[in-house]
Amino acid sequence: MVSAPGFAPPYRATIHLPAVNMLLARLLPIVLGMRLAAGPVAVAAAPGVEVDGDLPAANSAAKLRNSIPHPASSGAGRQPHWAFVRPERPAVPSVHSPARRSANPIDAFIVARLSGLEIAPSREAERATLIRRVTLDLTGLPPDPEEVRAYLTDATPGAFERVVDRLLASPHFGERMAQDWLDAARFADTNGYQVDRDRELWAWRDWVIGAFNRNLPFNRFTLEQLAGDLLPAATRDQRVATGFHRNHMINEEGGIIPEEFLAEYCADRVETTATVWMGLTFNCARCHDHKYDPFSQRDYYSLLAFFHNVTEKGVGDYAANIRRSTPPFLKVENPGLESILGARRTELDAAEKELARSHQSLLNGMADWEHLARAATPEWLGARLREATLKDKGLRLPVTGDWIDVPAPVGASTVSLVFPLPTSGLTALRLELDAIPQSASPPPQPAITALRLRRLAVAPAESAVIPLHAASLPDTAAVDDLALALDQKDETAWKVRITPGSPSAGWVLCHAPSESSSDTLELELVLAPGGSTTPWRCRLLTTALPADLLLPVDIRSLLEQTNTHRSAEEQTRLVDFRKSRTPEHQSLTRRVADLKSQVDAADLAIPVTLVMEEMETPRPTFILKRGAYDRPAESVSSATPGALPPFPAELPRNRLGLAQWLTDPAHPLTARVTVNRLWQTVFGTGLVRTTEDFGTQGDPPSHPELLDWLATEFVESGWDVKAFVRLLVTSATYRQDSRCSADQRARDPENRLLARGPRHRLPAEAIRDQALALSGLLVTSLGGPSVKPYHPPGLYEQVVAGSSASTYVQDHGSSLYRRTLYTYWKRSVPNPALLMFDMPFRESCAVRRARTSTPLQALNLLNDPTFVEAARGLAQRMMREGGSRPESRLDFGFRLATARHPQPEELEVLVRGYHRSVADFRADPRAAADLLSVGESVADPALDPSELAACTTAAGLLLNLDEVITRE
Amino acid sequence: MTPEPFTRLHETRRHFLGRTSAGLGIAALASLLGPPPSLAASTAKATGSHFAPRARRVIWLTQAGAPSQLDLFDHKPKLKARFREELPESVRGGQRLTGMTSGQKSFPVAPSLFEFRPHGESGTWLSETLPHTAGVADELCVIRSMHTEAINHDPAMTFLQTGHPIAGRPALGAWLSYGLGSENHNLPTFVVMISRPGGPTNAQPLHERMWGAGFLPSEHQGVRFSPGRDPVLFLSNPPGITDARRRAMLDDLGTLNRMKFEDYQDPEIQTRISQYELAYRMQAAVPDLTDFSNEPKSILDLYGPEAGKPGTFAANCLLARRLAERDVRFIQLYHRGWDQHDNLPSGIRSQCRDTDQPSAALIQDLRQRGLLDDTLVIWGGEFGRTVFSQGTLSSDNFGRDHHPRCFSLWMAGGGIRGGQVFGETDDYSYNIVRDPVHVHDLNATILHCLGLDHERLTYRHLGRDFRLTDIHGTVVKPILT
Repeated sequence: MVSAPGFAPPYRATIHLPAVNMLLARLLPIVLGMRLAAGPVAVAAAPGVEVDGDLPAANSAAKLRNSIPHPASSGAGRQPHWAFVRPERPAVPSVHSPARRSANPIDAFIVARLSGLEIAPSREAERATLIRRVTLDLTGLPPDPEEVRAYLTDATPGAFERVVDRLLASPHFGERMAQDWLDAARFADTNGYQVDRDRELWAWRDWVIGAFNRNLPFNRFTLEQLAGDLLPAATRDQRVATGFHRNHMINEEGGIIPEEFLAEYCADRVETTATVWMGLTFNCARCHDHKYDPFSQRDYYSLLAFFHNVTEKGVGDYAANIRRSTPPFLKVENPGLESILGARRTELDAAEKELARSHQSLLNGMADWEHLARAATPEWLGARLREATLKDKGLRLPVTGDWIDVPAPVGASTVSLVFPLPTSGLTALRLELDAIPQSASPPPQPAITALRLRRLAVAPAESAVIPLHAASLPDTAAVDDLALALDQKDETAWKVRITPGSPSAGWVLCHAPSESSSDTLELELVLAPGGSTTPWRCRLLTTALPADLLLPVDIRSLLEQTNTHRSAEEQTRLVDFRKSRTPEHQSLTRRVADLKSQVDAADLAIPVTLVMEEMETPRPTFILKRGAYDRPAESVSSATPGALPPFPAELPRNRLGLAQWLTDPAHPLTARVTVNRLWQTVFGTGLVRTTEDFGTQGDPPSHPELLDWLATEFVESGWDVKAFVRLLVTSATYRQDSRCSADQRARDPENRLLARGPRHRLPAEAIRDQALALSGLLVTSLGGPSVKPYHPPGLYEQVVAGSSASTYVQDHGSSLYRRTLYTYWKRSVPNPALLMFDMPFRESCAVRRARTSTPLQALNLLNDPTFVEAARGLAQRMMREGGSRPESRLDFGFRLATARHPQPEELEVLVRGYHRSVADFRADPRAAADLLSVGESVADPALDPSELAACTTAAGLLLNLDEVITRE
Repeated sequence: MTPEPFTRLHETRRHFLGRTSAGLGIAALASLLGPPPSLAASTAKATGSHFAPRARRVIWLTQAGAPSQLDLFDHKPKLKARFREELPESVRGGQRLTGMTSGQKSFPVAPSLFEFRPHGESGTWLSETLPHTAGVADELCVIRSMHTEAINHDPAMTFLQTGHPIAGRPALGAWLSYGLGSENHNLPTFVVMISRPGGPTNAQPLHERMWGAGFLPSEHQGVRFSPGRDPVLFLSNPPGITDARRRAMLDDLGTLNRMKFEDYQDPEIQTRISQYELAYRMQAAVPDLTDFSNEPKSILDLYGPEAGKPGTFAANCLLARRLAERDVRFIQLYHRGWDQHDNLPSGIRSQCRDTDQPSAALIQDLRQRGLLDDTLVIWGGEFGRTVFSQGTLSSDNFGRDHHPRCFSLWMAGGGIRGGQVFGETDDYSYNIVRDPVHVHDLNATILHCLGLDHERLTYRHLGRDFRLTDIHGTVVKPILT
């Protein structure tokens, strides 16, 4: 839409870009751009927006209303812009048009304007066209042959209405209606900024589908999405609905300032709310007062204040699991996973109670224990070695008494010490290292060797490994050093200084096997390379003193004090020590820790959905100078714009009140904007073409009185969406033929007057869904997490963060054939095929899609495996269900795709092509096999490959027909 | 693709046209011989311009991640003596820092480790990391006084490309597609190619929105060319479908669509027919474009050892020249990996190994073919980097944080006076002291070179006329020829 104020005002040239053609699209900015040097000023000087330049308005009242000057530019006696005045229900025009069935009031308004221009409306479309049109419009899927047959043969009155009622009752109605709402709500499966990780809001998407299917009245639909959490005793479902305003992008980039992005999220909510419910370009007032519409910057931030009190952070937590990165969120109802979580929690509760009991009993027994511990002294007995070998060298080491001589240098090697399980029991091992006494020569320099305790096991089975724990005694190495001997890492070891005459020792706690077939144990020591260059010796000692009586020096010195002299902290240390040396308590502690992590995992396994949640104390909101987050000016409180009806005093000043204010019958915009959007869904173009802008710069309605009649009708019906859609599609206006004479085209190229049925390309989702439906591959289950169907390789790798490869991991099986609204949408790299067919990026609110026609679309439909496989599926149906002759098969396929029989000359083209293809593929069976191999579903082996390949070619042609990707 | 099948393809097409002239209507034939009607009109050359253009196309060599101006272009000899000195507060002036350095206790000056020398007759100072670029110094206009608004990658790159830090506005290439249309009937108007760093550096993500059409009709969206079987998505026929089979199917499709048009008279049907023919021509034009087999060894050598490796910056530069030869309007390369928060010296060397020779080769190659006069080439990133070290500063290693207050880039070719340096920063390359050039000014200047007045290239959306430069931007006249 480009206005040309240089012409005599009030005048507006209206050019619909895709409809005219790309020539105009390309030339317009150049031709008209020059005349628009100072856009804002020039436009403001010509505010008398007039209906379509070359089409005088039929109704002078409408003309008057549309000529109301801009509030900002007119002086005394200013009247508000039409859209800001509550609609009054106009009388339905009485039309004398005996040739026309005036099916409902819509037609009266349409025909009244047409007859003023002496344009005749079109006849009703053929039934086949009509059932395909309405089925695609209301469900996004094509009718199946049985549905078509039933309608074509139903001669009783109300046949079409019965089709409509059947479609409105279909669960696919909710899916179709949800598609447009997902655009408006900027729904996606990722966070959008920078790293663009996944997020979960599909439960909200499913809520939307369900709400349309159960025909939730639009005012309720509004209330629950804007403020379901604030309803008294809000249900989980109502809270899920508030995901609407968590669909905005969220930044997880390191180094950002949270306040900056919090401001962005709130601005996004304002923009979306204003666009979706009020058709206002409110974002214009973020940095300064609105240039054209009567909204101030204060209005903007007052509206923002409603959305500024959410318990959210300005930045996602990139370190956290995606399910927890961006609170507030809510778990999605999932009885299976919830019961698993419940079971884990019950186990954890029980274990924690048991641990508490164990703790208590340890506390109770402290006095007794102290008494015992003070008196206890470990008795270290020689291990009575049976064998000491250098394992890898097969070398038996000499044993003298308890001492084993280790030659030097040995290099890296494993020492095996085999000894009997002491009859008195075993609680700890002590290893002493010493220099070999050399009475004659002077004592050698201290040497250092490094070793690891590889393992203690029952010999010779080597299966029952006995866990070792580092510990220490007054005369031994520090616990940390010993821990290095046990960590089982090649690069760390216990470094022992071997000083002549002063043995180094380390000891470790172990738990002897409770039941063993063997009474022999084997300890393996690993000597690190580069050890001592002089020989040394070592011995192994054991004790059976209970571990809680083997006291390190610090614990012993604590025990020396009487308990009245100990601080609480010291007492706790004693208790903790005892816990650490009580195996039963230790295993309980481990069990609790293990169950905690199981509970956490079970908790994370449950999908979540982002929701709104109000802060207890609202955040203060300020007007931001030039919209900059760090330049606050005056503070404001939540309020609705002054130019719109006042906010009733009895409503709460929060989102709940805001939703009620929006859906108050006195609100001039909500009903108009909503019925206009529904009109757009069904007719392809709104009565106000600028669905997103009802302000003074937006297009005026083509039929102002009809718009007001529809708005009031919608409110009076109780905001009944299904009834309203039914009203639209059962009108004669909707049911008109979409053929167009040259005269019609010349007078009304864009069909704003609706003297014919609208004809336009299907939306992206319907193009793919239809192909899947025709192929028989479509999986019609509703809802659930988004799926990843076929996708060109390599697209993520080029652009994703970091140097590591990140890729699109395609799903398999039924996920390949789900309806397109369930396709995973990554904001930074959106599904390219859908983007080609004008799906919005879903980064911000979009209530109107472009409808382009490009060569990339042609390449997609011709070559994308999705469509090649679907063509084969359709071909299989043609061969199985379409009879045995090529003519009947092609006729059947054509009927599936268009709902009508082909004309003889059309069939002739198909049949000729088919015969050519069959001959071609018979001569090149390899090519046929290649073509039939596309896609993960398997070609029916019972069908002749050449015939199937030829049918696939024909089916591919059908899927590319202009008629097939168009609803006409 | 070897040249042979392409020749065969031509024959097929001739054969097809011969057959069509007998079998189809004159109108259909005309639409195949010429460009499709809807595109033909927009191709009237330069009718889109507001005044005589100096450049007809743009090659934007976007260095994603923000290359350090201090180590490439902005020579600061006095810094050597200030190694590890604290950056004076008077210089920093309370400038916003990212969350990555705002907690740093000190801001020690990290002079560049690289030697700078004057090059060419113009004596343009360049770092030793750019030996090949130095060879074309007299073609370049180095702007040392660029500045931008955003301090984080995502908003800054979005700002550089679309003139707005928040997603949703059209990219520069989309504006040009919209304003000037196409001069090639078989290739997209706005082509995007991306390369990953050769070294192990921090590569920031890119988003499709950076070459998106925003609120413009989506046909103006940049088309991403990828290395591999299908440079353009869905370009190849499915297995088992030869060109002849495709052609026969498209003939039947066209026949049926024309029957539909006769019946319904909807011009959208004609557009669709044209688009299918354009798609068919693209199937030949793109493989021809990406087939380097007719490039002599001397040319491959000019672009360096990676020129023959699809998907590298070098291969993309050579492709850019081939696209320029075919009159593609806007060619945008992205090379990622310039985000040197740490290990900057080795990171920069590695990035320069990827980009220096191919960038210089592109300039030389365009020059020797006479294409540089009407091709505008731009080289640079989304912001600059700090003079102070991020993390530990040692004598041979350090990192630099984001710095929106100043950065450097160069322009060359159509409309730009080469062999000059424009703008100046202070001794720390921290603040601009002369001739600041904002991103809006850069975009205004680019549009100016293409004969477009940035204040008059507008699109009506949400009730107002939007511009690439919003309400800002001044053409930087001194750098123009």
